Amino acid sequence: METLMAYVVGILFASAIYMMLRRSIVKLVIGLIILSNAANLLIFAAAGMTRGAPPLIPEGATAPLGPIADPLPQALILTAIVIAFGVLAFAVVLIHRAYEVVGNDDLDQMKDTDT
Amino acid sequence: MLYAVLSGFILAMFAPWVQRLAGDRSGWILSLLPLSLAVYFASFLPEVSRGEVIIQQWIWLPGMDINLSFLLDGLSLLFALLISFIGTFIIIYAGSYLKGHKDLGRFFVIMLSFMASMLGLVLSDNLISLFVFWELTSITSYMLIGFDHEDESARKSALQGLFVTVGGGLALMAGLIMLGTLGGSYQISELLNSGDALLTSSLSVGMIVLILIGCFTKSAQFPFHFWLPNAMAAPTPVSAYLHSATMVKAGIYLLARLNPALAEHWLWSASLSLFGAITMFVGAYLAYSATDVKKVLAYSTVMALGTLTVLIGIGTQYALIAFASFLLAHSMYKAALFMIAGVIDHEAGTKDLTRLGGLHKAMPVTAIAALIAALSLAGLPPLFGFIAKEALFEAVLSTELYSNLLLILALLSAMLVTAIAAVIAIKPFYGELKTTPKAPHEGPLGMLAGPVVLASLSLLFGLMPFLPDSGILTATVNSISSEPFDFYLALWHGFNLPLLLSVISLLGGIALYHFWSGNRQHIGTLTRQLSRFGPEAGYFKFMDGIVFSADWQTRVLQNGKMGNYMIVMIMTTVILVGYTLLSQYGFRLTLQASDVAFYEWAIALLMVVSVLYAIQTRSRLGAVASMGVLGFTVALIFIHFSAPDLGITQVLVETLTVILLVLVLFKLPGFSRYSTRFEVIRDASVAISMGVLMTLLLLAAIDTQYFETISAFFLEASYPEAKGRNIVNVILVDFRALDTLGEIFVLAIAALGVYSMLKLRAEKNS
Repeated sequence: METLMAYVVGILFASAIYMMLRRSIVKLVIGLIILSNAANLLIFAAAGMTRGAPPLIPEGATAPLGPIADPLPQALILTAIVIAFGVLAFAVVLIHRAYEVVGNDDLDQMKDTDT
Repeated sequence: MLYAVLSGFILAMFAPWVQRLAGDRSGWILSLLPLSLAVYFASFLPEVSRGEVIIQQWIWLPGMDINLSFLLDGLSLLFALLISFIGTFIIIYAGSYLKGHKDLGRFFVIMLSFMASMLGLVLSDNLISLFVFWELTSITSYMLIGFDHEDESARKSALQGLFVTVGGGLALMAGLIMLGTLGGSYQISELLNSGDALLTSSLSVGMIVLILIGCFTKSAQFPFHFWLPNAMAAPTPVSAYLHSATMVKAGIYLLARLNPALAEHWLWSASLSLFGAITMFVGAYLAYSATDVKKVLAYSTVMALGTLTVLIGIGTQYALIAFASFLLAHSMYKAALFMIAGVIDHEAGTKDLTRLGGLHKAMPVTAIAALIAALSLAGLPPLFGFIAKEALFEAVLSTELYSNLLLILALLSAMLVTAIAAVIAIKPFYGELKTTPKAPHEGPLGMLAGPVVLASLSLLFGLMPFLPDSGILTATVNSISSEPFDFYLALWHGFNLPLLLSVISLLGGIALYHFWSGNRQHIGTLTRQLSRFGPEAGYFKFMDGIVFSADWQTRVLQNGKMGNYMIVMIMTTVILVGYTLLSQYGFRLTLQASDVAFYEWAIALLMVVSVLYAIQTRSRLGAVASMGVLGFTVALIFIHFSAPDLGITQVLVETLTVILLVLVLFKLPGFSRYSTRFEVIRDASVAISMGVLMTLLLLAAIDTQYFETISAFFLEASYPEAKGRNIVNVILVDFRALDTLGEIFVLAIAALGVYSMLKLRAEKNS
C-alpha cells in the first residue's frame, strides 16, 4: 500500500505546485490545500501503514497487546493538520484583503510595493 | 604597547570635545599624543639597536591561534617612529590647514584612529590582528579621502581607493590564512623561523600571489597605481601622512616583514623586481607629465613605492641597506614636500605649477624648506636622499635577475625624479612673479613646523649618516634579512660606478627640466592617449560591469513575480536532491500491489481524480467541492490505516475549510486564464519533475530504514507514566506538551491576524 501511496503523493505534489504557479490567487489557495494534504500523506506513508491496529491500550492492560500502528508520526501529522488549517485561514483572508486593495486577482500585478 | 596602540583610538573618541574647547589650538594639543608616542618608541632604540626583539602578547582567541600580540624589532620600530613622529607634525599642520573648518573635530577623530590602526599594523605579531588593523587603515583612509564629502569627485576617489585596497585586502586575507596554515602558526615571529615547509608546499605559489595582490593594491604598485593620485582629493595633511609616509607603505612593510620567510621562493623575488621596476618607471614618467603639485608628488610617491618593492625583490645586502635608507629618506622629504604643497595651495590659492612663480620673496621659509627637501628627493649631496640613491644604484648593480632592465629603468626614473625635484623647488618660487588667486604670504607656524623640521633632518642625517645608521637602520636591515650583518652608511664612497650613475642621472634630469616647460602640450597629449589603455580605464570598465550585472541579475531573479521565485527554488531542490538521490540510491520505481484491496485502489483513484479535476476546472464551486472530496478521502485513509484521531481531526478541519472557502472565495472573481501556452507547459514540467522527485524519495524512504523507531518508548511508558490509553493523545498533551502549546500560540496568532485583517482598515488620507 505504501508504494501505491508514493505515486498518489507524487501526483498530489505535482498538482499542488502546478496550481501554485498559476497567476490567479484563488488557484494559489487550492494549491496550498493540496500541498498540505500531500505532505501529511507523505509522512503517513513513509512511517508505514498498518490496517486495523490503532495505537490504543486496551482496558486492563498497561501496554498494547501485539503489534500496532506507530503513534509518533500520527502525533506529528495531527499537529500538521491543525497548523495547515491556521495557515490556510490566514492566507485566504490575506488574499481576500489583497484583492480588495489591489482590485485584481493576478499575482503578477501584485509585484509592486506601492499600490 | 597595547596601550600605545589603543591610546590613539581612545583620544580619537574625545577629539571633538578637545577641538570644541581648544578651538584653533586643538592641533597643538592633540599632537601631544603622537609626540609622546614617538618619545615612548624612541626609548626602545637602545635595546632594539642591540638586536633585541620585544614581544608582548594578550590572549584573544587562543583556540584559533588568534592573539593580540605585538612584535618590536628594527623594522617595526622604524615604522612606528615614522608614524608617530611625522604624525605629530601632521596633526599640528592639520590644525592650521583646516582652521575654522566645520568638520575639524571629525577630521581629528578619523586621523587619530588612522594613526592608531597604522601603529597596530606595524606592531602586530599575529597575522589576523595585522589583517584587522590593515582593514582599519583602509576604512579610515576611505573616510579621509572622502572628507570633503560634498564634492562628488572626492567621493568617487574615496570609493575607488576603498575598492582597490579592500579588494586587495580580500586576497590578502586568503593569503595570510594560507600562510598561517602552511607555516603552522599565525605568529609572525614563529613563521619567520618555520624553514622550508612554507616554500616547498604546492600551495605556496597561490599563497604568494594572494599576498602580493594585497600588498600591491595597498602600496599602489602597477597595475593598481591609479588610485593613489586620485586619493589626492583628500585634504593635504591626509595626502602628506597617508599617501606618502604611512598607509601606502603598509604593503611595503608587509613585504619586508615576510621577506625573511619567503625570499627564497623563485616567484617572490622575480615578481617583486619586475612589478616594482615597472611601477618605479611608470610613476616617474607620470609625475613628470603632471602639473598639479600634489599629483606630481603623488606620482613620485608611486615611483618611490616601486623602488622600495624592487629593493626587497633584489634582496641582496646592498639592496636591503638601500631599502632601509630610502624608506627613511623618502618619508621625510615626501611628507615635507606635501606639506609645502599644502602651504602653497593654502596661501597662494592654486597648486597648478604652470600658474605659480616668483613666490620666494613672499614665502622665504617655505622656499628654503622646499629646496632642501627637493634636493633630497633629487638625491644630491649632502642630503640623506643622496645616500639612499647611491645605495639604490649599488643595489641594482649587485643583482643578477633582470639586471640590465632594472639598471635602465632605475637610471631613467632617477633622471625624471631629478627633473621633478627641480620643477617643484624652482617653478613656484623663482622666475617672474605670477599673479595667483590669493595674495601670497608666508604660512603660519603650525604649517611650517613640519616641513622645516623634516627638511632639516634630511640635511642632518645626510651630514651625519651614522646617526640613523647605528640608531635604527642596522636593526631594520637585520630584521628583514635572513642572516645578520653589519654595515656603515657614508656620504662619500669615492669615485665609483654608483657615483657615475648619480652624475649621469643629474645631468639627464637637468636636461629634462628644461624640456618640462616647453613641451607641456605634447607630454599632456601623449599621457592622455596612453591613459585610454591604462589600468584605470580597466577599473572603470570593471565597475560598469559590476553595475550592469547587478542590474541584470536583479531584473532576472528579483522581478517580483512569485512564480519565478518558486520555479527557481523548486528546480534547485529537484536538481540538488535529485542528483544526490540518483547517485546514492539509484532510480527504482517499484509497486507492490499484491496486498492492496480493491476499495483501497478506489480511494487512491478518487484522490487522484479529485485533484486532477481541481486543476483543470474553471468552476470555483467545482474546485472547492473537489477539495472537499480530497480532504475526506484523506480522512478515510487515516481511519482505514489505524489512525482514528487523525481521521476525526481531518474531518473537522475539512468541514471548516470548505465553509471558509465558500464564504471567502466567492467574493473573489472567477478563475481566469492569464498564462500563455508556453507558461503552462513550463509550469507543468516543473510541477511534474517535483512530483516525480517526491515519489522517488518516498519509495526510497519506504525501502530504507536506518535506525529503530523511538516509538517503543511511548508504547511502554504511555500508561504507566502518563495514565493514558490513547498513545497519540498522550504524546501530544504529555510527552510533547510544549510543542502543542506552541501550536496553540501559532493558531492564536493566525486568528489575531485574520481578525485584524477583517476588522482594521488603514485610515484614509484626506
